[in-house]
Amino acid sequence: MTPRLFELMLWAAGATVLISAVSILIGLAIGFLVCAARVSRTRWLSTPAAVFVSFFRGVPLLVQLLLIYNLLPGFGLYVPSVVAAIAGLSLCTAAYQAENLRGGFMSVPKGLLEAADMVGLSPWQQMRRIRAPIALRLTLPALINEAILILKASSLISVVGVVELTRMAQNLAASTYRPLLFYSVAGGLYLVINWLVAGGGSLAERMLKKERA
Amino acid sequence: MTEVSTPTGPAIVVKGVSKRFGDLEVLHGIDLRIDRGTTTCLIGPSGSGKSTLLRCIAFLEEATAGTILVDGAPLGFTEGPDGARTRLPAPSIRAVRAKIGMVFQQFNLWPHMTALGNVCEALRTVRRLPRKEAEERGMAQLRKVGLENRAGHYPSQLSGGQQQRVAIARALALEPEILLFDEPTSSLDPELTGEVLNVMRALAEDGMSMVVVTHEIGFAATVGRHIAFLDHGRVLLDGPPEEVFGAPRHPRLEQFLETYLDRGAATLV
Ligand SMILES: Nc1ncnc2c1ncn2[C@@H]1O[C@H](COP(=O)(O)OP(=O)(O)OP(=O)(O)O)[C@@H](O)[C@H]1O
Ligand SMILES: [Mg+2]
Repeated sequence: MTPRLFELMLWAAGATVLISAVSILIGLAIGFLVCAARVSRTRWLSTPAAVFVSFFRGVPLLVQLLLIYNLLPGFGLYVPSVVAAIAGLSLCTAAYQAENLRGGFMSVPKGLLEAADMVGLSPWQQMRRIRAPIALRLTLPALINEAILILKASSLISVVGVVELTRMAQNLAASTYRPLLFYSVAGGLYLVINWLVAGGGSLAERMLKKERA
Repeated sequence: MTEVSTPTGPAIVVKGVSKRFGDLEVLHGIDLRIDRGTTTCLIGPSGSGKSTLLRCIAFLEEATAGTILVDGAPLGFTEGPDGARTRLPAPSIRAVRAKIGMVFQQFNLWPHMTALGNVCEALRTVRRLPRKEAEERGMAQLRKVGLENRAGHYPSQLSGGQQQRVAIARALALEPEILLFDEPTSSLDPELTGEVLNVMRALAEDGMSMVVVTHEIGFAATVGRHIAFLDHGRVLLDGPPEEVFGAPRHPRLEQFLETYLDRGAATLV
């Protein structure tokens, strides 16, 4: 493999990381909102949130991506395919993250919030200062897991025409007639990326450990 | 309006308070007066409603009937002569409740904040004090409970007794007029109860108004200026310790002291 071709693979790996990271973060934000809606006592909020979660968890990501890509023009939205890809990944991971967060929020002991009530923290202040930080800490392992799943699932976005690591490997394999080489390099790059993510996760957990002792 | 504070009147007046959970009435028309600057101890068998009463006074539970006056101001509801209850607006509830601090059996410290962070949280977030001033005040409270050298520790790095003292410092930080304690030493190893009881004793000597639910009969008899014995959701006995614990003892109290406490506790008082 020439350095030039390896550079192309690295560039594609960068695209995979960037698209996945953006999707995870947008997904976390949407996940927060969906989680809040899901635990709300207002039916108008909790029912759509439950439908959202079961749809995006129940339909294959590949189908979701094709649906979004083909639906958007129907609403007069001609967006670059990378935007459709990020939308699909974000919505899918949001559904899973909403459920993770819900678990985290439900595990926050009620007494911690009563203590916050007693010193006069408003419901919003309790969310910001007590509930969200504790729930996020509890969900950190699941969040890292989800990040790795999305990194791997992002190989599917090539179906809407985005060139990322898998697609680049396919293209180069086809033009050089050396599939084994390029797919091995792609596999190796995925492995390194996910290894770094997992390492970062355990580092963060270790730093939080002194709180839990 | 009854907003005017009456520094000479009782700290808390509980009038005819009842509480039901669904079909179960747990408190039946409780009357109780908590005098300013004194310690009142609530004792009684498990399930008699001590925690429920304390939580009603803290407004963590809403009484289903009756009124609670804090410094003369009604907490949460006012009750007309016909028994009709009107819920007070949220700012009034917050203002009355701000006079009350609470210490829980399970400490309930926020695990992601240091000891100082726990104590300063409300000073920063609710009172909006600048960091430096909040931390100075927080340190002063930690010093009061003898933990200034543990300011940077997380709750999990502290012993149960230390955690409970941090919780007391946290409750004191907002300078409440009344402190409520729900079995503050019940989840502690026996050798750690002393350090917490000593802090509470010092607060009592400082003239803090306190309501303490406790099974520490020795503490109740020596620090409590006023003992209320609850049984099946009613105040059965109410008075100074000499009177409540002195002979002739009410048979229910005698039975409680024999059954619920360590053997020998009945002879302790
Ligand atoms: N949230 C609740 N829902 C239903 N019942 C409750 C609730 N809280 C308390 N109770 C019931 O009310 C009664 C009084 O409970 P409470 O906790 O006040 O007793 P206690 O005197 O504090 O007992 P202990 O010494 O065991 O702490 C019990 O029968 C309890 O089961
Ligand atoms: Mg109790």
